[in-house]
Amino acid sequence: MKIAVCVSHVPDTASKINIASNGKNIDQSGITYIINPYDEFAIEEALKTKEKHGGETVAISLGSDANKETLRKALAMGIDNAVLLKDDKYRDSLSVAKALAEEIKSQNAELVFFGKQSVDFDNSVVGQLTSELLGYNCISVVVSFSLDGNKIICEREIEGGKEVVETTLPAIITAQKGLNEPRYASLKGIMAAKKKEILEKPALEAENFVEVISMKKPPSKQAGRIIGNDVSAVPELVKILHEEAKVI
Amino acid sequence: MTKILAFIEQRNGQIKKSSFEVAKTAFDLSNKLNASVEAICFGNEINNLESVGGYGISKVTLLKNPLLENYSSHYLSLLVDFINQNNFDVIVFSATSLGKDLSPKVSAKLNCGLAIDCIDLQVTDDSIIATRPIYAGKALLDIKINSPKKVFSLRPNVFNAGIPNENKAEVNILNVELDSPKVKVIEVKKSEGKIDVAEADIIVSGGRGMKGPENFKMIEELAELLGGAVGASRAVVDAGWRPHSEQVGQTGKTVSPTLYFALGISGAIQHLAGMRSSKYIVAINKDKDAPIFQTADYGIVADVFEILPALIEEIKKIKQ
Ligand SMILES: Cc1cc2nc3c(=O)[nH]c(=O)nc-3n(C[C@H](O)[C@H](O)[C@H](O)COP(=O)(O)OP(=O)(O)OC[C@H]3O[C@@H](n4cnc5c(N)ncnc54)[C@H](O)[C@@H]3O)c2cc1C
Ligand SMILES: Nc1ncnc2c1ncn2[C@@H]1O[C@H](COP(=O)(O)O)[C@@H](O)[C@H]1O
Repeated sequence: MKIAVCVSHVPDTASKINIASNGKNIDQSGITYIINPYDEFAIEEALKTKEKHGGETVAISLGSDANKETLRKALAMGIDNAVLLKDDKYRDSLSVAKALAEEIKSQNAELVFFGKQSVDFDNSVVGQLTSELLGYNCISVVVSFSLDGNKIICEREIEGGKEVVETTLPAIITAQKGLNEPRYASLKGIMAAKKKEILEKPALEAENFVEVISMKKPPSKQAGRIIGNDVSAVPELVKILHEEAKVI
Repeated sequence: MTKILAFIEQRNGQIKKSSFEVAKTAFDLSNKLNASVEAICFGNEINNLESVGGYGISKVTLLKNPLLENYSSHYLSLLVDFINQNNFDVIVFSATSLGKDLSPKVSAKLNCGLAIDCIDLQVTDDSIIATRPIYAGKALLDIKINSPKKVFSLRPNVFNAGIPNENKAEVNILNVELDSPKVKVIEVKKSEGKIDVAEADIIVSGGRGMKGPENFKMIEELAELLGGAVGASRAVVDAGWRPHSEQVGQTGKTVSPTLYFALGISGAIQHLAGMRSSKYIVAINKDKDAPIFQTADYGIVADVFEILPALIEEIKKIKQ
């Protein structure tokens, strides 16, 4: 079985985000990029599935040359092959999904793992979009996964609990934290990944329906009011919450 | 004329609170766009479905079948058929776990643009400009959808549903026949009787400053007193003091309660990512330079073990 993983390349979550002078992008200075944290769970699950059921794994990333770093990370963790779908332009989620779907189809992958969300635009949609473009079954925000023959059983996180969901291959799964513990790349894996070739192709062109009008910083909150430094501040705090803010 | 459809979500036959926010927001949009608006709901027996009328929706269709009580791939196929048959242009969801799964699938089927987890929708020159947080809330993005059809999902607890009036919606019931869905929920495991942080109106969160799992008893007590939920920072979840389902932040849940208590939480950027859109934030921390005080509305700089018991007592007084 061919198992694919889609990985995105995103600013480190600790990065300070500033807006570029055009008001439509972030200022790239001082930003370091990493593999999207949720995609590490996706990679781990792909590797575990291959170890259990056999098959071949491929990591796919759409973006600029810089995304190769993230693909190397996937290879170093143990993914067999990597494909870069090259595009330097802004793309909306559906247009990303169309290019990924095209590649997944040409790879003949029956099972595809995504992260639940890219921590850049925080959309959490590309897995679901891709599944519908391919006509694959899809379960999102998955915290446990099992495959038995053709049958898949997952648990997905919902408000106040979990849903146990059943489906069949071909399928797309989007990984939530808790699904597994991603392995560290071994030194051997890192060395081997350096030698492996990353297949590059132009990403399928697709129209953008979503236009960025502007990007801005959230309105800065006024620094809070320190009510006091000891227990004597408590009645005052409760009074404010009760009478002024009227929230309790 | 533009036609707007509000997606009303139920669990166990009860309409979700965030769906009233969807109903009201869809109605407001219909006024601004000079559009018509109606609603759709999937399920079997729904309690008080006509109540969406109080938020401005005059007609709601219930697609009815016991198989629709839980989420399944039938939702997508039925909804897309309904949208196409009735030519809806704008579809509004709540960004719940169900809405976040379903809304992108609808947009892929309709081949249209999508704005997910919006915190504001403004109408200018007959276009809808959606605002959504990006980079874990460190920036905001204004976007416009240029395809003829448009899908939006609204972050729960952010849009104000207001106070409903007495109007009742006309409920149009369509009994549907269904075979077994390709993707189906076979069991719902509820976390025992507690309110989920993602849905709570008041959250009392504890961090590493709580020193140990046993001290969360006080946090539980305060949360219960206020009818709220317990939240946690990642540090305490990683330490095994609290379950991951309570984690607030970038790799936990995004919450927008009316009131958020951060007790012994430093206010790391990844924690703020999950709670900064709370209406009121109260921080108790012994370090006056803790970053949480930059985001909090009210703070007390002191030992949480000194403050928390007094706070519980003081709140008990007003609750009596
Ligand atoms: C990729 C990534 C994702 C992350 N995701 C999340 C996430 O989803 N959620 C999250 O919360 N974190 C997340 N983190 C971790 C985050 O960076 C912080 O490490 C974490 O939030 C710290 O938790 P804390 O505030 O409980 O602990 P600390 O930072 O250790 O803060 C403890 C605070 O308690 C105060 N304190 C100590 N004793 C007392 C006392 N007796 N009385 C009063 N105050 C006291 C201290 O002054 C201090 O400010 C993530 C990190 C990374 C790298
Ligand atoms: N440019 C991309 N290349 C490959 N995979 C992507 C890309 N963007 C998003 N994904 C995948 O889709 C998931 C959800 O991303 P998003 O919907 O953008 O939050 C990510 O965790 C990745 O698995």
